[in-house]
Amino acid sequence: MSTLLEVRELFKTYGTGEATTRVLRGLSLCLEAGELAALLGPSGSGKSTLLTILGTLMKPTSGSYVMLGQDMIAADDKALTDFRNAHIGFVFQFHNLLPDFTALENVVFPTAVREGRETPAARARGRELLSRMGLADRIEFPSANLSGGQKQRVAVARALMNSPELVLADEPTGNLDRDSANQVMDLIGQINREEGTTFLISTHDEKIAGFCRRQIVVGDGIMTG
Amino acid sequence: MLYALKIATRYLTANKAQTALLVTGVAVGVFIFIFMSALIGGLAEFILSRTVGDISHITIEAETADPALLISPEGHVLVVAERGRARTATLAEAATWLPLIETVPGVRAVSPQITGAGFLTRGAQVSQVSVTGVEPGRESAILDLAGYMVTGDVRLGSGLIVLGRDLADDLALSVGQTLRLQSSSGVISTLTLSGIFKTGNGGMDGARAFVSLSTARTLFSMPQGVSRIEIKLDDLNAADATALRIRALTGLDAVPWTDGAEQLMEALNAQAQTGYFLKTFALITIVIGVASALLLSTYRRRPEIGIMRAMGAGRRFVIFVFVAQGALIGLMGGVTGAALGYLALLPFPSRDAFQPGTLPMDITQGSYGLAITLTVIGAILASILPARSAARVDPVTAIGQ
Repeated sequence: MSTLLEVRELFKTYGTGEATTRVLRGLSLCLEAGELAALLGPSGSGKSTLLTILGTLMKPTSGSYVMLGQDMIAADDKALTDFRNAHIGFVFQFHNLLPDFTALENVVFPTAVREGRETPAARARGRELLSRMGLADRIEFPSANLSGGQKQRVAVARALMNSPELVLADEPTGNLDRDSANQVMDLIGQINREEGTTFLISTHDEKIAGFCRRQIVVGDGIMTG
Repeated sequence: MLYALKIATRYLTANKAQTALLVTGVAVGVFIFIFMSALIGGLAEFILSRTVGDISHITIEAETADPALLISPEGHVLVVAERGRARTATLAEAATWLPLIETVPGVRAVSPQITGAGFLTRGAQVSQVSVTGVEPGRESAILDLAGYMVTGDVRLGSGLIVLGRDLADDLALSVGQTLRLQSSSGVISTLTLSGIFKTGNGGMDGARAFVSLSTARTLFSMPQGVSRIEIKLDDLNAADATALRIRALTGLDAVPWTDGAEQLMEALNAQAQTGYFLKTFALITIVIGVASALLLSTYRRRPEIGIMRAMGAGRRFVIFVFVAQGALIGLMGGVTGAALGYLALLPFPSRDAFQPGTLPMDITQGSYGLAITLTVIGAILASILPARSAARVDPVTAIGQ
C-alpha cells in the first residue's frame, strides 16, 4: 500500500487571548491508500477539526499536510476547491443533501459542478451508484421525501461520485437507527474492498469502529492510539 | 455556467410563492417606469404638437438689405437711404432652391410664401390683417388649413381669399361675399371669400388672411421671388440638424423653430427631468427589493452553500448562482411589467386621435426595451452584494448550522 496522506505536528487554535482554545496539539497521522479507518475519541478531542483540515475545508494553525504528493497548506482556495472536488468525498452526520434536488441530482452534483453541466455520463454513473446503494426506485425522488437512511445512502453515493481517493465521514450513522446504520456501513465496507477507496470515519460507536480495520484514537488534540 | 443557471432556476422554482411575489414587485416597478415614460413622452409630444405642430419647423426669410450710405469724395456723408418699412424683402432665387430643399431627408413639405400686412374693408368696417400668399395646392402644407375649414373651400385661386372665423364674424362676412384688401404697399384688390377656418388660436382666427401667391404678388408688388420659405419636417425634433443641412446646401439663413423657443424647451426639459426622477425611484425600489430578497435567500441557504463549497463548488460558481437568480428575477419582472404596461396603455387613444380631457399617453413611448434592460441590469447589480456574501460563507460553519 502507498501513502495517501500524511499530516505532521498539526496544531489548531481557535480564538485569541484568554478565549484561546487549542484543539489540536501537534497531531501526526499517516493514512495508506485503501485503508478503512475509524477515528475515535470523546467529544472535543479534535476529531471533527482533524476531518475538516484533512478535507481541506480549513487550514491548521501550524503543521504540515501532504496528500497525493501535494502540499495542502501552501495551496490557495481555488486549488484546494478543485483538489477537494477531484480527490475527497464527504459524508456528514446529517446527510446535508440539497433539499430542492432529486436523489440523482444530489449525487451528480460534484461532477456537474466540475463539468459545468449534468453530462449523460455523469447521470449514468449517478444512477449506477444509487442502484448500488439500493435506491434504484428512488432515483428521481426529491431528496426531501427520502427517509433518514435513504438520505445517508444518497450522501454516500454523492461522496463516491468523482471516484475520490479519500472519503471522510463524520458520524455517518450517528443519526440513523441500527438497521440503517448497518446498511450504510456494509456499503462503505463493500466499496472499500472493491474499489480501494480510503475511508476515515469519525464515530463514538464502538460497533461502527468494529467494522473498520484500523482504529485511530484521538484525545486532547493528539493521537493516543 | 449552465449548471449554475440550473441551480438558480431551481432555487427560484422551489419557493414559487416567494418568487412570484418578488417578480410581481419588480413588475410593478417596471409598470410605473413604462407608464411614466408613456405619459411624459406623450405629454411632451402633445404640447409640441399643440404649440409648434401648425407652424413652420424651419423658416427661410429674406434678409433685408442694409441701407446704402452714399459718401462724397471729401469723406462727408451725403445721403442715408432708410430701410423701407413698406417694402418686403425678397428671396429672389427661391425657385432655384425649392427643388433642392425638397430632396433633403426628413423634409415633408415646402411652402414658398409672400407675406405682408394689410387692411380688410367691408363697408365701414376695417380690420388689420396679416396676409399670407401661398401656392395653390400647398394651402395645407404647413398649417393644416383644410382640416380647420368650417365653411367653404380651402382652394385659393385668383381673386379668392380665406379668412379666420373671428375675422369673418367681425366683418360679418360669409362665404361668397366680396371684400376689399389694401396691402401695406398701397395696392387694393377686391376679393371673394372662398372659405372660413377655425384653428382655436385667437391670433390666427382673428387676424390672418390667406390668398394665392399670384394675388400676393400683386398686393405686395413682388413680380418675382418670395418673402419666405416655410418647411415642415417629418420629425420636428430634427429641426436643428436639418436647418444646418439646408444652410450648408443653399447658403440661405434657415432658422429652426427651436430658435426663440427656449422657454418651451426649458419647460419640456423640466418635465423630462421629473420623469427621469420618477423612473429612477422606480428602479431604486426594484434594486432594493431584489437585494433584500436575495440577501434573505443567502442567509436561508447558508448550509446548502456550505455543502456546495465542500463538494468542490468554487466561489465564482456560488456568485453566479445568486447573480443568475437576480438576472432571472429582473428578466421575468421586466417582461411581465412591460407586458402589463403595454396592455394598460392600449385603451388610451393614439397620439393622433387624442381627445381633450384624457391623459395624452403615447403607447409608442413606453421605453419597453429600455425598461427591461435597466431592470435586468439593476437586478444583477442588486444581486452582487448577496452573491458576494454567499461566496464568503465558511463551509465548516455553514454545514454545522
